Amino acid sequence: MAEDKKYTKIQELTYELKVGNVMTKKVVTVSPKKTIYKLRNILHTKRISGTPVVDKGKLVGIISTEDFMKCLAKGETNIPVEERMTKKVETLYADEPLVHAVRKFDQYGFGRFPVIERGKGKLVGIITKGDIIKGLLKKLEIDYHKEEIHRYRASHIFEDIVADRTTLTFHYNVVGEDFNRAGESASGLKRTLFRLGIQPDSVRRAAIAAYEAEMNIVVFTEGGKLTVSVETHRIKIEASDSGPGIPDIEQAMQPGFSTAPERIRELGFGAGMGLLNIKNCADKMNLTSKVGKGTHLEAIIYLNQR
Amino acid sequence: MITLKEIIQKLNLEVMSASGDFDREIRGGYVSDLLSDVIANSKEGNIWITLQTHPNIVAVATLKELAGIIIVNKRKPEDETLKKAEEENIPVMVTELSAFEIVGGLYELGIGRATENAKEV
Ligand SMILES: Nc1ncnc2c1ncn2[C@@H]1O[C@H](COP(=O)(O)OP(=O)(O)OP(=O)(O)O)[C@@H](O)[C@H]1O
Ligand SMILES: [Mg+2]
Repeated sequence: MAEDKKYTKIQELTYELKVGNVMTKKVVTVSPKKTIYKLRNILHTKRISGTPVVDKGKLVGIISTEDFMKCLAKGETNIPVEERMTKKVETLYADEPLVHAVRKFDQYGFGRFPVIERGKGKLVGIITKGDIIKGLLKKLEIDYHKEEIHRYRASHIFEDIVADRTTLTFHYNVVGEDFNRAGESASGLKRTLFRLGIQPDSVRRAAIAAYEAEMNIVVFTEGGKLTVSVETHRIKIEASDSGPGIPDIEQAMQPGFSTAPERIRELGFGAGMGLLNIKNCADKMNLTSKVGKGTHLEAIIYLNQR
Repeated sequence: MITLKEIIQKLNLEVMSASGDFDREIRGGYVSDLLSDVIANSKEGNIWITLQTHPNIVAVATLKELAGIIIVNKRKPEDETLKKAEEENIPVMVTELSAFEIVGGLYELGIGRATENAKEV
């Protein structure tokens, strides 16, 4: 099972990564006019078993130690590389998914493929099986690390705490009329809930409910509080303010009803859909308000316990 | 199958905030200037077309995990908007075209239709 998972992860990565991500960019090349004798020095000093032949940045052929040995046997060390190179070169494009490279290695059995830029034929790198393995390992490590940071941070907190009942509570202060910071509480909450390892769908719903509640405080009051408490079975979002209050809650809940002033509507608020969005996202919603005293909103999202 | 990068090239959009996933495949979009409406009706991964320019559009895009925001009619996003967009990895683009024209362009690239097909499968 676990093996299966790892295997599909690697497969996935071969689609995700591009040839350009893993290739070696510094390529040793030889010009077509160089003699076979000079080629010998290059192969020898760079310890490579073959090299692309490049003319003014363009790939024109490839030549390997094998070709070189043949020339040596015939005593042809003074002829130019272009006369003995393979002209029809199998190449890869930098923007191709890595899986194409994997297939090509299987299909041809070559040790390397030059990588060229689509359209221009310009040589931009070279890829070997070793590059593929290195690239995959690096990516696996990064992904693993990313995942680990998140999991490590907080998702075991409920299991680590020994108590009959555990509640985590987050407090956010919401500043009235501050449209630059508006929405930051909800964004912060979203990030926090993800880190706790809560199912993405529940996180999204909680974040939307919190956002709409936060925005109402920003738009209609001088400020208030957002309090979110998380237990293993539910998220509870409370928004409270001591603002003007809502005279008719039923009316406020109607889609399209809004008392937002023109200058705020111009910013895109005041569709009269916020409370409805909260209702649709929450499993339970309760809104109470007293004119002149303030408004209290509670929204609950139940979590499937795993 | 079309990526955000290709849309930007084909529709000649000006990228204002370049942090985010430009290789993301775009299958659908949503047009609205009312934030709560976008929250209610846009879908994850949509490209959002709007004339709003203030920082809250980034909050909405983040909340709904939208693929990016195209601001129409040559309006310039506020600095604070771009700062937030960088932080939240939301690509922000501007165009001289109107919402009507840009949506037309997106449809010509096959984007609206792709959504329908995805539903059928
Ligand atoms: N905290 C609050 N204090 C005072 N009035 C409120 C409060 N929250 C909501 N209201 C009233 O309820 C109405 C409806 O709220 P709702 O969130 O549904 O729409 P909106 O905020 O006007 O527009 P949108 O949320 O679509 O941007 C508001 O216009 C306002 O009159
Ligand atoms: Mg509202």
